[in-house]
Formats: sequence, structure tokens, C-alpha cells
Amino acid sequence: MRYLLLFLMLMISPPAMAQEADIETRARKVSQSLRCVVCQNQSIDDSDAPLAADMRKLVRDRLKAGDSDAEVIAYMQERYGDYVLLKPPVQGNTYALWFLPFVLLIGGGVWFIRTGRRGEAS
Amino acid sequence: MKRFLPILIFLAIGIAFAIALTRDPRKLESVIIDQPFPDFSLTELNDPNAMLTPELLKGQVSLINVFGSWCVSCNVEHPVLMDIAGNETIRMVGINWRDDRAKGQDWLAKRGDPYDVIIFDPESVLAIPLGVVGAPESFITDKTGRIRYKHSGVISSSEWTGTLKPLIKRLETEP
Amino acid sequence: MIAELGHIALIMALFVAGAQTVVPLIGVYRDKLSLTKFSVPAAKLQGVLLGLSFFALTLVFVGSDFSVKLAASHSHSAKPLLYKISGVWGNHEGSILLWMVMLSGFGALFAMRSGALPDKFRAITLAVQGALGVGFLSFILFTSNPFERLNPVPVDGQGLNPLLQDPGLAIHPPLLYVGYVGFSLAFSMSIAALILGKVDKDFAGWLRPWTLAAWSFLTLGITMGSIWAYYELGWGGWWMWDPVENVSFMPWLIGTALIHSIMVLERRPSLAHWTVLLAITAFSLSLIGTFVVRSGILVSVHAFAVDPQRGVYLLALLGLATGGALTLYAIRAKTLFSQSGFNRLSKDGGLVLNNILLAVATLTVFLGTFYPVFIEAISRNKISVGAPYFDLTFAPIMAVLIIFMGAAPLLSWSRGHWGQLKSLGYKALMIFLVILAAAFVADINLLGAFGLALGIYLAKSVVHIISKRLRWNEKTQAHSARLARKQPAQFWGFVLAHMGLAIFTLGAVTMSVWSQDTIGRVKPGEALTVAGYEFTLGQPEGGRQDNYEFLRAPVVITKAEKPVKTLTTSQRFYPVRNMVTTEAGFHFSPAVTLFAAIGEGTPQEGYILRAHYQPLVTWIWFGAILMALGGFVSLLRRREEAA
Repeated sequence: MRYLLLFLMLMISPPAMAQEADIETRARKVSQSLRCVVCQNQSIDDSDAPLAADMRKLVRDRLKAGDSDAEVIAYMQERYGDYVLLKPPVQGNTYALWFLPFVLLIGGGVWFIRTGRRGEAS
Repeated sequence: MKRFLPILIFLAIGIAFAIALTRDPRKLESVIIDQPFPDFSLTELNDPNAMLTPELLKGQVSLINVFGSWCVSCNVEHPVLMDIAGNETIRMVGINWRDDRAKGQDWLAKRGDPYDVIIFDPESVLAIPLGVVGAPESFITDKTGRIRYKHSGVISSSEWTGTLKPLIKRLETEP
Repeated sequence: MIAELGHIALIMALFVAGAQTVVPLIGVYRDKLSLTKFSVPAAKLQGVLLGLSFFALTLVFVGSDFSVKLAASHSHSAKPLLYKISGVWGNHEGSILLWMVMLSGFGALFAMRSGALPDKFRAITLAVQGALGVGFLSFILFTSNPFERLNPVPVDGQGLNPLLQDPGLAIHPPLLYVGYVGFSLAFSMSIAALILGKVDKDFAGWLRPWTLAAWSFLTLGITMGSIWAYYELGWGGWWMWDPVENVSFMPWLIGTALIHSIMVLERRPSLAHWTVLLAITAFSLSLIGTFVVRSGILVSVHAFAVDPQRGVYLLALLGLATGGALTLYAIRAKTLFSQSGFNRLSKDGGLVLNNILLAVATLTVFLGTFYPVFIEAISRNKISVGAPYFDLTFAPIMAVLIIFMGAAPLLSWSRGHWGQLKSLGYKALMIFLVILAAAFVADINLLGAFGLALGIYLAKSVVHIISKRLRWNEKTQAHSARLARKQPAQFWGFVLAHMGLAIFTLGAVTMSVWSQDTIGRVKPGEALTVAGYEFTLGQPEGGRQDNYEFLRAPVVITKAEKPVKTLTTSQRFYPVRNMVTTEAGFHFSPAVTLFAAIGEGTPQEGYILRAHYQPLVTWIWFGAILMALGGFVSLLRRREEAA
């Protein structure tokens, strides 16, 4: 039981339960787009890590204080950089990431139409 | 020429891997650099009634160190901090992060306390605005309270003498 | 003593693998049959030696011999027997040994089952297999020796990561490795075919069974991993686009493309370049999958920098294997005979499209996985690529794939015509229109409805193809039954695999769009409500079991006052590792999966409780298992066709 008490003490503090369902829904949405910086590709909404719990709380607190969803996300981005965004921003260094798949998809389609024949079999 | 395409693509990927893997990720620049120290209002670890604010960073250069009694690497770093506290005049500010007040005090009582003042931050109220990911992490602020340097992980003696100390000396000459 | 025997077996295997590489190649070069034949007993011997070595390591773990460093750091005497065994591969050294065991096992199996293949082809394939063995055996011996001794000997081991103490771990990595390593034969055979200039119909026929087997096992392995993550991590995710998952998914995607390009090459000399490149790529991605993850490159670049020797060695191995193969391809590409044309409106055309789409899909996953690593390499920025990226890129590509996937199998080989698509086309249009209209009227998520329509359309297409093949509407039942028996196994493999994907799609779409969950702090007796289900927390109790302490509570689920099920959820604390895990309680049913997970708390303040409602989540795995089954069934083809 000694260990049990120990880990209970180490565990997370209760997440602030938003008064309004609206804030709760928005908080969930924002939390899902923020990376738990100590985890592997998990959002803070999914993670059980203590820091994620604190970040969830902060998201709710800021929403309650009147911030918009985008403002809360920008707040986190200012502190943790682009790293905290699970959806990378579309900007100079991510154009290849965002557009290469579609460029290749279209390229593949064009190649398919140009190389393939209609009608007669080979 | 087309037949060389696969090997060329593979070489490009391989080289990118090779470069990526020799990088030390701790050297990544933090977005927090040159920002003013975030606002906070938290208690002193050893005095629950004393409220601390960013005011305490004004007027002199400070080394701010995030630690916790649960943090294994902090044990490794602690002797280095004690050494700095014993030999240097730099003001050292601790942030006791995600800890229990009694455990934090106990941890320092056993090992010695290198800090001049300790901010108690059990719920990451300051740590998140600072962009803290794990402990230990350290920051250097200039005389105006602006963050000038961030160090992730344990400060080794060589990193102290090679990087941090010269920076602090330089910051101290700034107005 | 046992550990030393295992070590010696490994060293002997290294020499055997070396001989297996060199001797047959000399034989091929000098045209000496006796030398080429040497590859067969060598491959078998290498398999036996690695089997012995692995057995020795297992004995070390089962016997809790903590004088062996690996057992001391990853096992514990208080662990149940099953986890002592699975602990053998629950760490870097042991898992790479298991990988190597599979590699040599595949070599030995190929040696036994390739008697009908031309001598030179067989010899070169086994020689390449041997060369891979040399690379990885020396990697094990020089950088990751699992038999290393420890002095002084600790009283007890440090235990296995509790998350890994699960039956899922016992089967997930071995299945995954069979899949990964199975592609090594496709790789080795492609090299042999390139050297001998024999990338043709026969080659496709030889490649086919090994590729299908590897792909099927990989499918099962990934599925088991998904199931394991789902119930072990207990937060409701079946796939999180984690780099570790992505690297297992990439060889699967390319392997899928490979299976389909082989089908074309088996019929006519087309897609020869593609087939060889896909085979090389599938194995290269498997290499990246196993070792990049194991060395921690992706999880944390830092872990790699800590042990540069291991990382440099792995990168060099990857460079030698893949770089060598692609260089050989560049040199020999001119000798491949491949017709470049194909008819767009034909099964061949459909398979080409399949290859294009799967290749682009793989590249998307590759980008999403490695882009952050590359960005860090060239700039100082650190970015994350998570599920939202893949939802916007990978998912649309898959949607396009499914649309063509429903239509292409209706077309004939070489020359199809629009008439073949007409009957399904109208039905498909109806499916999409009706579902989307209904969703619009009922104000249901349109994207979700579109996803469902895709799944239903694909299922309908498979049924349509079956009915055409068996002439349901034209002939008597008895006649259809006779036709059914005459169909080659490959046809039933196709039915299972494509139907599997349809079911998978329905599950994945429903689960991602309509699942619900809530988290709250409740006292015993209080309830959370999700999607009409009431989750009432019972009285928690604490205790101690095996190698952990627990806090356990029943959760009673009711719907409209009627009891559904009583779950048990617990938190475990493992003192040896100082680690807490959550064990969620599950209620699985075909339509709906419900689960609850308890968090910290006290009787006074209440406990954190998560309650999840997840429709059709089991369909995801059922569909995936059907796909694997389709692969296995297709393996039976030859005998059936002969009959």
C-alpha cells in the first residue's frame, strides 16, 4: 500500500471540469490538435502524462478566460514552437510535406493516361 | 538515365539520414529565446506565504534551473550546480516543478541547496509558458529579465565553463 | 555455460553465412554445380545454428540467469513464465536475434522448398540471403551481443517494461518479423533475377508464394500490434500514426503493390522494372522498420547519438543492402525485357493504377514519418506530423484507391470495355447518392457518410464479381456451386482480401467519426454517460498480485436502465520499474465496443474515470484478419489449378 499511496501522490491533479459544455467541447478539440511534447505522437487529449494533464488544464483555463481556439493554439505555439502542433502549419519548410503527395498523385495520373492506350490490347 | 533514378533517390535519403542522425537534438533553438520572462505569481518553496513574480529577475543576470525530486537526471546535475553556487556570484533561481512541497524541501535538505530563491510550480503554471519539456532544463535571463539562453538536460561542468559562464559574464557587462 | 553455447552457435553461424555467400557465387561464376549446390546445406545449417542460439537465450531467461546482462536488465525472477519467454525479444538485442533467426529460417525454408528452381537462381538467392546474414550476425556479435555476461552478478533482474508484459507482446513482434523478414526472399530473388537477366513470368511465379506469405504475416503482425495498443494503452486509439507504426505500415503498402504487380508479370512481360524495384523497396523498408525503430532513431534522435556505433553500423548495412541492390538495378536495367504499354481500360491498367496509388500512399506515409527528421537536419526547426496530416493526405489517396479497386477487377485482362463496368456503375452511383442524401437530410457527418458509402460500394463490388463468376442469376444453384468449386484459390483470396478491406473501411470510418468518450471525476456510485450508456463506478479496492500492486474497481454499464455488462478496470504499479499502467475494462460486441479506465483518486474526492463508446471498432481488426486470410488462401492456388 505504501507504493500505492506514493503513486497516487505522483499522479495528475484533476482536470478542471469546464462549467459550460461548450468550453468542454472546444477544449477537447484544441487538446486534440496539440502534441503532448513528452509523448510519441499523442495529443494531450489522449495522453496520461502529467505534463499533458497540466496542458489540458491550461487550455481550459485560457478558454474560460475568453481566448479563442486559435489564440490558445497560438499561445502554445509561441512557447513550444511548431513542434507542439500535430498538424504542421503550411509554410515554406512544409510545402514539400503538404503538396508532394498530391503533385505525385497528379503526376502518376497524367503518366497513366499518357502511357496507357485506349481500346486495342497490346 | 531513368535507371539511375532509384539509386539517386536512395542516396539522397541516406545522406539526409546520416546528417539528421549526427545532430544533437538538444542544440535546437527554442522559440522562447529573447522573449521576456513569462508572467507568473507563485510561492517560494520554503515559504508558502511569500509570493514570487518576474520582478525578482530584474536588475541582475540569473541562472534559472528547473528541477524536481522525482527527476533522476537532476541527481546527476546537482553536484555541478552546488559547485557553481559555491564558486560564482551568479544568482541562481530554482523552479521546483511538478513536485510535492515536502518532497522538494527534503530533496534539497539531503543534498544541499544551491539556489538563492526557489519558485514552487506544482501544476506547470510557469513551466508551460516557459516551454519546459522535461527536467532538468535551465535558462539564463539578462538584467532586464529577458530570456537569453535555454539549455535542455543536465549541465555538465564543461558546458558550464565553455558556454554558460562566458555568456553570463558577457550579459553582466550589458547595461 | 548455456549462454556461451549460444554465443558459439552465433559465431559459427557467422562463418557458415560467410561460406554460404562466397562459395555458391564462385560456383555460379565458374559454372561448377558442386559449389552452387553448397548453398543448400549451408542455409539449412545456418538455420539450425540460429535456432540453437535462440533456444539458449530463451533458457537463460527462463532460468533467470542474471549473470547474463540482457536477462538482468530485462527480466525478473518474479515474472510469470510466459513473460520470461516473451521478454527474450522485448529488448534490442533479443529482438534483433529473433529477427536474425527468422532470416536464417526463411533461408533454410527456401533451401528446402526450391528444389525445382534453376540451380544458379537458387544459389544466388541463397548467397544474397547469406550475405544479409553476415551483415546482421556481425552486427549482433559486435554491437548487440545478447549473451554478454555481467560481473558482479545482481541478486535479481530489473524486470520487463510493464507495458510489454502482455500476451500481445508474445505474438506481435514475431508475426511482424516473419512479415518483414519474409520480404528478404523477394529481395534476394530479385537480385538473382537481375544478375541472371531473368525477370520474367517464371520469376514472378517463384516470387509469388514467398511474397504472399510475408505479406499475410505482416498483415497479422500489424493487426496484433493495433489490438495490443488498443487494449493495453487503453485510451481508445487503434492507430495513432506513430512513427513506430508507420514504419511497419510502409512495407505493407509496398508489399501490397508488389503482390499486384506480380499478377501482371505472371501473365505477360510487363511491369518487370516495377516488380523488381518494389521487391527491393519492400525489404529496404522492412530493414528501416526493424532497425531504425530498435535503435531509437525515430523515437528520439538523441537515443541514437548516445550509441553512435550501433547507428552507424545499421546505416552502413542499409546502405550496402539497398544501395547495392539499386546499383545492380541501374547496371542491369537495360537487360530487362518489359513491354511499356498497357490498356487503360483493362485489369492490367487497373493494376498499374493500384501500383501508382499505393506507391504515392507509401511516399505520403514516408514523408509524414521522416519529414521532421529531415527538417531538423537542414534547419533548426522541430515540427510534428500527427494524425491530422494523414487524415488530409493519406485518407483521400485511399478513397481514390477504393473507387478504382471496386471497378478494376470487373474488367478483362489486356482488353476491357465500358460495358463491363456498367451494371456495377449504376448501383455504385445509387449507393453514393442514397447514402449522401440520407446523411444530408438526417444531418449526419457528410465525410463520414462518404466513407461508409465507399466501404459499402467496395463490398457490393466484390459480391457483384462473385455473382458474375458463379452466374447466380443465370443458372441453377447446383451449377453455381459447381462453378464455385472450380474457382482457383486465388479468386477466393481476392474475395477475402477485398471484402476484408471493405469491412475494415466501414469500421475505421465509423470508429473515427462516431466514437464518443468522456472523462470525469466520480465517486463510487456515481456515473458518467456516453452515447446513452451509463458507466457507474463501483467500490475500488487495492491489493497486490504477482509483480505489481493494483487499485481495481468494477464499472457497471447500463443502457436505459438495463444492465449491459460489468467491467473491471485497474491501475497497476510496478515497484521494480517504478511505473504505473492503466488496465482498461472492455466490453466487446460486433456492433459496439465500450470501455472504461480508472485513474488516480481518493474515495472522498472521487476517481478519474474515462468512458468510451466506440462503434464497429472490432470490424477494423476483423477486416484486417480477413485480408491476411485472403493472402494465405491465395497460396493454395497451384494445386487447385492443377485439379
